[in-house]
Amino acid sequence: MADKNDFLLRIISPDRVFYENQVDMVEFNTTEGEIGVLPGHYPMTVIVKPGILYITESKGEKKAALHAGFAEILPEGVTILAEIIEWPEEIDEERAKSARERAEKRLQGKAPNTDVAKAETALQRAIARIQVLK
Amino acid sequence: MASMRDIKRRRSSIQGTQQITKAMKLVSTVKLQRARASAERSKDYFTCMYDTVNNILQRVGHVEHKYLTAGASRKKAVIVITSNRGLAGGYNSNVTKLVTRHPRWNKEDVDVYCLGNKGREAFLRYGYRVKESDNEIVESPTYKDAAALSEKLLAAFAEGEIGEIYLAYTRFKNTVSHIPTLLKLLPVEVPGEEAAGEKEASAIMNFEPEDTEALDLLIPKYVTSLIYGALREAVASENGARMQAMDNATSNAEEMISDLTLKYNRARQGSITQELTEIIAGAEALG
Repeated sequence: MADKNDFLLRIISPDRVFYENQVDMVEFNTTEGEIGVLPGHYPMTVIVKPGILYITESKGEKKAALHAGFAEILPEGVTILAEIIEWPEEIDEERAKSARERAEKRLQGKAPNTDVAKAETALQRAIARIQVLK
Repeated sequence: MASMRDIKRRRSSIQGTQQITKAMKLVSTVKLQRARASAERSKDYFTCMYDTVNNILQRVGHVEHKYLTAGASRKKAVIVITSNRGLAGGYNSNVTKLVTRHPRWNKEDVDVYCLGNKGREAFLRYGYRVKESDNEIVESPTYKDAAALSEKLLAAFAEGEIGEIYLAYTRFKNTVSHIPTLLKLLPVEVPGEEAAGEKEASAIMNFEPEDTEALDLLIPKYVTSLIYGALREAVASENGARMQAMDNATSNAEEMISDLTLKYNRARQGSITQELTEIIAGAEALG
């Protein structure tokens, strides 16, 4: 695999094939931390955490907000099954900002019935959306 | 023989019905195309999901996991996907029959979750316990709705309220063939040993986090995607079934119309002949 410096990246969401192309590298956030995948990676399945997905193509770099799903990494290619994924131009910045404020308020307020895990995920999503736009 | 006017009235009423069924057929043809396209677009996701989960289950083998072992409860939850509107041939009754005519299920043990109004009406009529129903979800299925439903069911399963989860829907094989299907969602059946043996040669997969943790996260996604995929296929099947039913209705109407036209013409001819005979008879009497 050493002579090959690109691999097939497929990103599939429930509604569409989001992306399918030969790429040099892909980076995203997982439950175990951020990872970058190069060609010839050893087989692995990881669970996605909200964050930014960077795709390095031969022509340049693309990014997208990836919120949930999992990825199957094989030496010859990577398949990401994304429940929620958006290109930067599909994101509503105002909505993401107000969502961040709401989530922050909920986390600080510490009302006894707050679903902390849910609020944290919402916050992570909003942050990922805002960062992708920058 | 019915009078000419009666036949004419009957024929024009059937023509009216035919126009309606024709229009309905056209509408459902368009809807079918759209529904089929979206079902096909999302198919990739489900095949991939199915393969991955099967792959994991084969590797993990017989592990003690809350989603892999049947609950103690005898209760079964059945998600039934039907349509909100009728006039779709046997579409709705074929799905409900899967549950009501099941050889081993008692009415008392089954909780029905109805997606679509027709199913709800049928199950209430049969006296089943309809735990929940949602009519909106069938109109335009979203992944979010499917996720909310699967979350609810998984929580009930984890708490032992229900022992098994089934899904009854209509599989969309192609435009003319739709198969009512009953699918077991939980506990997930670990594929047989033979299947595992065949796949042994394929790549060894590593998991981060560990197997059981990954299962905790993957199985809810798996269930959600199956529900969502079933919804998409059911919508396509519904429109396909309606298209077929309306096509049949239109050609039946056509047949009736041609039959009535023949009768009408005969009656007309008959009345002309009769009139002529009367005139001739009258003229002869005078002459």
